[in-house]
Amino acid sequence: MENLLNSYTGKIREVTIGGDGLIVGGQNTLPFYLFEGEMPHKPLVAMEVLDIEPTDWPPALTEPLSGVLNDPLKWAKKCEDLGADLICLYLLGTSPDGANKSPEEAGELTKKMLENIKVPLVIYGSGDKEKDPKVFTKVTEAALGKNILFGPAQEENYKLVAGAALATQQNVIAFSPLDINLAKQQNILITQMGVKPENIVMDPTTGALGYGLEYCFSILERLKLAALQQNDTMTQMPIICTVGKEVWKVKEAKVSEAEEPSWGNAEKRGINWEVVTAFTLLLAGADIVVVRHPKSLEVLHALIKELLS
Amino acid sequence: MALTGLDIFKKLPKTNCGECGVPTCLAFAMKLASKQAELDACPYVSDEVKEELSEAAAPPIRTVEVGFGENAFKVGGEVVMYRHEKTFFNPCGFALLIEDSASGEEIEKKLSQVKSSQFERIGQILKADLIAVKYSSGDENRYLSLVNKAKDLNFPLILICSDEGVLKKSLEATKGTRPLIYAAQERNVDSMASLALEYQVPLAVKADSLDNLSSLTEALKSKGVKDIVLDPGSRSLKKTFENLIFIRRAAIEKKVRSLGFPAITFPNEEVSDDYFEVAYAAGYVVKYGGIVVLNDLSPEKVLPLFVLRQNIYTDPQRPMQVEEKIYEFASPDENSPFLVTTNFSLTYFIVSGEIESSKIPTWLGVVNTEGLSVLTAWSAGKFTSEKIASFVKGKSIAERINHKKIVIPGYVAILKGELEDELPGFEIIVGPREAGDIPAFLREWKT
Repeated sequence: MENLLNSYTGKIREVTIGGDGLIVGGQNTLPFYLFEGEMPHKPLVAMEVLDIEPTDWPPALTEPLSGVLNDPLKWAKKCEDLGADLICLYLLGTSPDGANKSPEEAGELTKKMLENIKVPLVIYGSGDKEKDPKVFTKVTEAALGKNILFGPAQEENYKLVAGAALATQQNVIAFSPLDINLAKQQNILITQMGVKPENIVMDPTTGALGYGLEYCFSILERLKLAALQQNDTMTQMPIICTVGKEVWKVKEAKVSEAEEPSWGNAEKRGINWEVVTAFTLLLAGADIVVVRHPKSLEVLHALIKELLS
Repeated sequence: MALTGLDIFKKLPKTNCGECGVPTCLAFAMKLASKQAELDACPYVSDEVKEELSEAAAPPIRTVEVGFGENAFKVGGEVVMYRHEKTFFNPCGFALLIEDSASGEEIEKKLSQVKSSQFERIGQILKADLIAVKYSSGDENRYLSLVNKAKDLNFPLILICSDEGVLKKSLEATKGTRPLIYAAQERNVDSMASLALEYQVPLAVKADSLDNLSSLTEALKSKGVKDIVLDPGSRSLKKTFENLIFIRRAAIEKKVRSLGFPAITFPNEEVSDDYFEVAYAAGYVVKYGGIVVLNDLSPEKVLPLFVLRQNIYTDPQRPMQVEEKIYEFASPDENSPFLVTTNFSLTYFIVSGEIESSKIPTWLGVVNTEGLSVLTAWSAGKFTSEKIASFVKGKSIAERINHKKIVIPGYVAILKGELEDELPGFEIIVGPREAGDIPAFLREWKT
């Protein structure tokens, strides 16, 4: 079997998140190909927390998280207790189309969140291209010295977002819309701003199972092959996939059994949808997957443990 | 590996008789090389040459067929390690395991799942492909009765049976239906080969290492068994994951013919918890499983797996398309907004998902753009004002709505003027560029 082994010239960069220095990346082999390389740091499973109470989540999600969904601090604490590697705070409430919370409120929440939990923090803005940079200025100030990972830095606002990362020495998420060339381009642009490559994590857009998963899958495989086989330094950043946010809005994951009797038990179906999406992307090259359901966290942790054993 | 047209031409009769339907032998050779013709079309080529050419032209992984007729299941025939390099051709199969030691009630429940766990998605029927019938009761009549019941469902069968006498009787009972028999191992390789040859059925082979597996397939090939399915014997996620990668690599990158066969996996034997069984199975869909055996087909378990298989085995060069038609959401009426978009499946799914989540009654006209997304279709000339106008006229949209307003995607705002010229009496409204903004747009809608 020895002549079936490949070797790689490149390796994925190590990015350190959080005050205690949790490292993601560092592998010199395809995902879980431990027979021919090393994954010194395990892929991470983050749990998503919203800054506003979700209104459109199915019972499969609200039941296991009942009692904390209206309080991001309690919610994050619960996720930490459940064993999440990271908390991913999604500042949906700052969206001008929604609750339009102020950057100051977001900064305040970040500060309290960091006092409240020990696991490192990832923060996503609402995605609003004008509002996000203002929010990030406050968020990164509040997180000074805590080495958070935040974004997305999009094509239209990357200069301001990267600026906030540079000013406070924190890690930034380079977002690109489902296109390998744009993913690479975004890394180049952000490093040209002066952000170090080891402070960047890529978000090449996540597609849920049945809703573009195959595109995301192949982009991840191609990014990892370029990074490892061709030693392309601008594809060597670790990858984050926002699985839960995509999965739990699709019909197959959330409709009740009463509405679709032929699809079977809704809770199990939703969890399977999330786990299958996340696991498929981990096998393609995701370094961090963000999920919503506690059971998904448990199953994914066990799968990663088994493959790394 | 792949022969050129010229290599093939050298072996042909060079008489240019034209009986194959192509005027010259050279042209026929070219067609053969590009797999647009079959060698059998030439009546004069010798058997020897046939054998030689088919061996040389054979894909690195043999395509194995289980079952017969319209339900026959084809697996293998893959040529790449990563789907973006070309595509994965023959979708892996899901098999439902039924043991004859199970209670009658349990057996009936499982058999009924074969039919009930079928779903339609993007014009395809998603379903299990095979039934694996396992002999574990020690009572041969019980097994044969189960085999007969399963056979009546007209699904390709896998006969898992370690008693060759019972297996032979099962093969008699299923004659002509081409079940896969499981499994030849070191101790019984000769007799299993004889059964496979006698009944003309594909044979699974099991060993405890890839080296041993490879020697066994060599032995089988030398006896004339060609349709082989590999079981590398591992029963843990980690080891099976590794074995499947090695098998695919050996066949495709190293041209190891003795491992050039599809593989069968048993997540059902590796783990008992449903969530993990689904996850392991998903891993084998993604990474090189040929047949995936499952404990049951409950819809909440198999729907995600069937959809995953559909995703992974989609040709990256040929986008999935949805049917050109008018889709209705939340019972729209003559006052509801009318949106148009393209028939790229992802575009459709994202747009329809947003409309659905808004819960606002809406019409969505999906125009056939040959599976291209909005901007790509527009720049390729497949989502033009003429095309949209002819869709609007052809589908008698004027009769469905009384407000005469058509909403086009924000990315093709440029079409507004032209469309208003093409569709006198209609007002063209420029909608959002991103699907995520559709719910807000719909909430503001006024006729």
